[in-house]
Amino acid sequence: MAKRVGIEVSIALAEAVKLANVDVIPAYPITPQTHIVEHLSEVVANGEVDAEFIPVESEHAAMSCCCGSSAAGARTFTSTSSQGLLLMSEILFIPGPMRFPIVMAVVNRALSAPISIWNDHQDIMSQRDIGWIQTFADTGQEAFDLTLHAFRVAEDRRVSLPMIVNLDGFTLSHVVEAVELLSQEEVDQYLPPFKPRYRLDPRKPITMGPVGMPEVYSEARVAHNEALKASRRVILQGWKEFADLFGRQYNSVETYRSEDAEVLLVTMGSISDTAMTAIDTMRDKGQKAGLVKIRLWRPFPGPEFRKAAGKAKILAVVDRCLAPGAICGPVGAELRSLFYKVPGAPKIFNFIAGLGGRDVTVGRFEEMVDKASAFAKKRPKELYEVIGVREK
Amino acid sequence: MANTDAMIGWKTITFGCHVMEPGSSVKFRTGDWRSQRPVIDKEKCIKCGMCWIYCPDMAYTQTEDGFFEVNLEYCKGCGICAHECPKNAITMVPEEG
Repeated sequence: MAKRVGIEVSIALAEAVKLANVDVIPAYPITPQTHIVEHLSEVVANGEVDAEFIPVESEHAAMSCCCGSSAAGARTFTSTSSQGLLLMSEILFIPGPMRFPIVMAVVNRALSAPISIWNDHQDIMSQRDIGWIQTFADTGQEAFDLTLHAFRVAEDRRVSLPMIVNLDGFTLSHVVEAVELLSQEEVDQYLPPFKPRYRLDPRKPITMGPVGMPEVYSEARVAHNEALKASRRVILQGWKEFADLFGRQYNSVETYRSEDAEVLLVTMGSISDTAMTAIDTMRDKGQKAGLVKIRLWRPFPGPEFRKAAGKAKILAVVDRCLAPGAICGPVGAELRSLFYKVPGAPKIFNFIAGLGGRDVTVGRFEEMVDKASAFAKKRPKELYEVIGVREK
Repeated sequence: MANTDAMIGWKTITFGCHVMEPGSSVKFRTGDWRSQRPVIDKEKCIKCGMCWIYCPDMAYTQTEDGFFEVNLEYCKGCGICAHECPKNAITMVPEEG
């Protein structure tokens, strides 16, 4: 039976990996991911799970090991943050097209310079196009559930793609929350053993990772992209079966008090909870504000988002990432593309908030909604604004 | 580049772009990259086999009479054999056209 406990979210996520009966964990510690791999090294050392913990010399080696162990048919997990994710970058583009279902928890943290260990989404947005399935967790329960969902979806033979669960550093990873931990029997019901379509086996040799000459490279890349787009169905099915078994239903995008809203805040990750409080406050004042939370970032759930946005006139899109020199932030740009020349599309304004651990308060969300409403009447010079930044 | 219209498409390409047949690289004839070919002077050749040892593509084979010959379907024309030959019995000659 599931057990509801007060637990640090990092530890809960690591427990999900343990319950998934992981085989190989190549990992290198980095703040704020450390508690996840620290706990996993403990459970491996204690014999609580029959797995190899490989204390690698760098994140580049961690992801290289992940590719090797996944190719050999082992259930593989790793976790990283920020600069560590960037050191993996060269290898991160490889498991997608090679169809290795590695699962990784990215504990989102800002990038240098200046050095910051605190939370925003600039690390993962810099690696947006690595071709992994990507979800964003909002709560501790989600971090636990989405990790199990990630193994289930990534390893599904129709998908066979790597998958990232994003969770905000400190503001989610280090807080103690009430989390319902599933029992081993329950997890086994949901997550079948990993049976890859192909694996490295000396008795049945194949070549993985050959050169793609100009005659075939485009086809190989398109095959990967199509597989990523087609994974949508299995992602949704994975959530539905999770709900059937355990009662918690997840969707690609979630809405909060959005039905008759004129202005919708759009968020990803743990700031969504504060945004919900802000919506309640604004609703109490009679403002028609609502929220759309994006849980599935890649493949981007376009149809679901359009449906969720409904008839709203204005979107106030929150990005936790400043894209230097760009027209606007990555989520803002995605949604502008989605709604470009769509009849009756909402006006979209982009706010860059919460960089490097800056708190995004209820008041800030109210400010964004008010500004977006004002911008809808008088178009601003730039398509985005860095919220709360001091000039002098 | 070859005519790409007649080749495999993204729906028919192998899973993960894996090569399912072991040892199939032998079918990939690398000799068409060559801009020069080795020509062996049997008068100078002492059958030492240095060309055979050094050839990075294993394009050399020994014939029954003890001399060595090069398989031009795989020789990339790198010239290592000519460089290593202790008797200067191998000359690199530009390919025509």
